Amino acid sequence: MFEAISFYLFAFLTIAMFFITVTTSQALYALTALAAGMIFISAFFFILGADFLGAVQIVVYSGAVMALYAFGMMFFDTTRDLKEKKGNSLIIYGLSIVAAVLVVIIFAAPMVTDNISALYPMVEGAGNTQEVGMVLFTKYLVPFEVAAIMLLVAMIAGIVLAGKKMDLSLTMMSDAEVKDLKEDKNKKVLS
Amino acid sequence: MMEIGLNHYLVLSTILFSIGLIGVMRRKNLLMLFFATEILLNSVNIGFAAISHYYGDLTGQMFAFFVIAIAASEVAVGLGLLIVWHKRHNNIDLDNMSTMKG
Repeated sequence: MFEAISFYLFAFLTIAMFFITVTTSQALYALTALAAGMIFISAFFFILGADFLGAVQIVVYSGAVMALYAFGMMFFDTTRDLKEKKGNSLIIYGLSIVAAVLVVIIFAAPMVTDNISALYPMVEGAGNTQEVGMVLFTKYLVPFEVAAIMLLVAMIAGIVLAGKKMDLSLTMMSDAEVKDLKEDKNKKVLS
Repeated sequence: MMEIGLNHYLVLSTILFSIGLIGVMRRKNLLMLFFATEILLNSVNIGFAAISHYYGDLTGQMFAFFVIAIAASEVAVGLGLLIVWHKRHNNIDLDNMSTMKG
C-alpha cells in the first residue's frame, strides 16, 4: 500500500522534474529541476532496498555532479535564452522507431528469461551495504580498481582542461591588459 | 494496480529514457545536452536496481555503481572541454562545432 503510494508519487515527481529539465528555456531552471529529479530517483533505490545505491546517488549526483555543473555555469552566459534546434525529421522518425523497438525488447526480455537464477544471490541476515561490499570486493574487485583509475584520469583531465589561465583574473585587470591577452590568445591555437 | 511489480519500474525507466532522448534531440546548447545525458544514465540505473531487487541478484546494483562512476568522470572531462571551448569561441552552441565536417 505505502509502496504503491510512494512509487506513484515519486514517479510523478521525477517525470515532472525531468520534463521541466528538457523543455525549459532557462538554464538555471533546468539545473535546479535536474538536481531535484536526482534526489527523487534516489527514493526509488530506497524503496527497492538498495540503500547504499541510494546514498551514493545522493552523494555523487546532487553533491558532486550538480556542484560541478553550477561551477561550470558560472563560466557560461546562462542569462541568454536558449535556442532550440529544428531537427531533421528523418532522423527523429528513425530514432523514434528504434526507441519503440527497444521498448518491445525490454518488455519481452523478462518473459523469455523466466527461469533465470541469481548469479550473486542476496545473503541472508546481512544489510544491503554489507552485501554490496561482499560482492564488490570479491567478484568485482578488478572493475572496481579500473573505475578508480578512470576517476583519477578524469580528475587530472578536469584540472588540466579547466585550470588553464585560472591564475588570471579578468575582472581585476585593466582594459589594456585584457586587450593584450586577447591578442595573445588569438595567436595560440589551444591553451 | 496496488502491487508494484517489475513492469512498473521498467515502464518508469522507459518513460524517463524517452524524456532524455527528446532532450538530446531538441537541445542545441551543449550544457543542456549534458543534462539530457544525465537523465538517460539515471533512467537506466532505475531499471538495473529494479531487476536486481526482483531477481534477488546483486549484479544489477554493481552495474548501477559503475554507471554512476562513468557519469561522474564524463561530467568532469566534458565540463573541462566545454570551458576550453567557451574560452576560445565564446559560445557553446552545437551548430558551431562543425570544424570536422567533411
